[in-house]
Amino acid sequence: MQSTANVFPSNARRALADERLQSVLGMVDGFNGKRARAVDRLPEFEMLRDQARDIKNHTLQHLDHYLERFETRVTEAGGQVHWCRTAEEARQAVLGICRAVGATTVTKGKSMVTEEIALNRFLEQNGLVPVETDLGEYIIQLRQEAPSHIIAPAVHLSARDVEQTFRSHHGDLPDDRPLTEARDLVNEARTMLRQRFLEADVGITGANFLIAETGSTVIVTNEGNGDLTQVLPRVHVVVASLEKVVPTLEDATTILRLLARSATGQEFSTYTTFSTGPRRAGDADGPEAFHVVLLDNGRSALLGTELQEVLRCIRCGACMNHCPIYSNLGGHAYGWVYPGPIGAVLTPALLGVAEAHHLPNASTFCGRCESVCPMRIPLPRLMRHFRERAFRERLPPAQARWALRAWAWVTRRPRLYRLATGVAIGALGWLGRRRGRFRRFPMAGGWTAYRDLPAPQGETFMARWHRERGHDRRA
Amino acid sequence: MTDRMGSATDAPKVGLFVTCLVDLFRPSVGFAAVRLLEAAGCRVEVPTVQTCCGQPAYNSGDRPDAVAIARNVIGAFETFDHVVVPSGSCAGMIKEHYPRLLADDADWAPRANHVARRCHELVSFLVDVRGWRPTRTRYDGRVTYHDSCSGLRELGIKAQPRYLLGDIDGVVLTEMADTEVCCGFGGTFCIKYPDISNRMVGDKVRAITTTGADTLLAGDLGCLLNLAGRLKRDGSPIRVRHVAEVLAGTCDDAPPIGEATNQPSGRP
Repeated sequence: MQSTANVFPSNARRALADERLQSVLGMVDGFNGKRARAVDRLPEFEMLRDQARDIKNHTLQHLDHYLERFETRVTEAGGQVHWCRTAEEARQAVLGICRAVGATTVTKGKSMVTEEIALNRFLEQNGLVPVETDLGEYIIQLRQEAPSHIIAPAVHLSARDVEQTFRSHHGDLPDDRPLTEARDLVNEARTMLRQRFLEADVGITGANFLIAETGSTVIVTNEGNGDLTQVLPRVHVVVASLEKVVPTLEDATTILRLLARSATGQEFSTYTTFSTGPRRAGDADGPEAFHVVLLDNGRSALLGTELQEVLRCIRCGACMNHCPIYSNLGGHAYGWVYPGPIGAVLTPALLGVAEAHHLPNASTFCGRCESVCPMRIPLPRLMRHFRERAFRERLPPAQARWALRAWAWVTRRPRLYRLATGVAIGALGWLGRRRGRFRRFPMAGGWTAYRDLPAPQGETFMARWHRERGHDRRA
Repeated sequence: MTDRMGSATDAPKVGLFVTCLVDLFRPSVGFAAVRLLEAAGCRVEVPTVQTCCGQPAYNSGDRPDAVAIARNVIGAFETFDHVVVPSGSCAGMIKEHYPRLLADDADWAPRANHVARRCHELVSFLVDVRGWRPTRTRYDGRVTYHDSCSGLRELGIKAQPRYLLGDIDGVVLTEMADTEVCCGFGGTFCIKYPDISNRMVGDKVRAITTTGADTLLAGDLGCLLNLAGRLKRDGSPIRVRHVAEVLAGTCDDAPPIGEATNQPSGRP
């Protein structure tokens, strides 16, 4: 997917000015109350966070071992693993599988990693018809939009927007057919998708976990579309990035106890589906062939660095649900696949700091993301890592960098600082004495556009302290 | 002042890190802090080589300047029994981030850790370390309290200010919705992204106003300047103060933040 993260400031301004978007933002807030209640009901939640962090840390420490074991088990079960270093290799691997079986229609379960490699567009360019079957993904596919949230891809749309989308894309939809209720919309999508499920030659899903001890892949869904996607077609392709692997089924279930609670506040998602290889003799259903397209796309370069911690992410979305920046902008402003705090770390990690340095800077470091992250990823610390890299590489505007250096130069010299601030604060206190605040202030337009600037009291603390308690003077 | 219990020889020696915002914008908060610390039986000194904790540099990615400033602060405060800061954000910087900034420096890492261990945010110091409670202090107001993000999440300060406010005669505390959400100040963030910051402070001010409170208190002057600036721009009569001023009973010393007199303001 093409990134616009490098123009985040203008994306953000546009999002703030978009009245339609602003009217629907805040709908993810509903997740937060449910999450809080789910967490309250589980006394061992904090302990599970520690365990989950440790499981992933251990796995990442020995990633080669677990990935090779995973491949061995997949092969033993009759499936095939395709190792792909780049997005292009992954796209080609999927296309090769589709071509080998003469596929035309491809159904897809919800998968962020296929968004990352822009799979749909590539398949279309190569004559295939990919059909998203998750309701939110289906809607944004019709609209040719990117997901604005990693678990609620169409959360930037209202029911009315969805109705209009269906009316303009579903050719034979009678004008008098009611489409105002959520149930009407779901039924309409279901009717359209049912035929697609039956037509599809290949079903593509992502994976929430890859399990090394069994070669299984796991998807966590609420709509049931994922199961139909992977069971009905002849071929099931799992596209997953390599950090999804965990050693054992037990490890996956530990993390599963955190995932739905953190994401939607459910204790468990409606469906948690484990797939191991293709259909065996005597199985009631299942695909004839089973492929896992294992994507690196820059992740292995993070191993052994401070950024390795971001690879613990299980894509629950809690960080963005709790982020005051995300909740005011929505996801599209972030400009690439992963929005919110996790995007502010993953995007520069995968696309480079030059492309995405605005994102880790667009945070107050309020720390709410870290406080809810089930995997205890220190998101503000990782954002700071990129701020430091951006500063070293002189990516922020020269004016801002020099102003900061000048401030720091004075701040490192207490006598000079005392002299300079004493004079300035005296003047400001005198100017502001009548109203106690300023409506406008030179070079502080960003502040005074929306706020008054409270006036200083006039004498600095240090000056007054010396005046009143000079006997305490210490150099 | 020599007759206070704070001058007893066994009293702990506290270095007050005033913070740059209190030093420049609101010295009355620093004096309230001194009064509280002395009432809690401490000897207070204010090293004059302090300026700022370095967050503007640190949070902008300017690590070398942040390190240099951190060394200044550590050098100025390492001889004290305690370092007390009337700000969760600056206390968090010293306590949580200085050790990290200097972790790879064999000479400075132990000194950073030493100061970090002794560093406390003012209100949590009064409650958790000194077990102090206010007596015969009065503030007539319906109060709502804003938790600053660093104090809340880095230092775990939530109960302490409410506990002490419970001992102030005349205070009725009303909690706002979404107390754990940031006010949008964020240091340089509010300059870099004023539009987003404005939405955040707007949300926060709505939550504050909905409580019907006539007074907003918090423990961080950054948040307070931001919130007072927006409340006053909107013509709100809500009085905005640092919690230390109420706890110390020194509200008569200075008008509320952003106001010229001690009277509740009307529309500008």
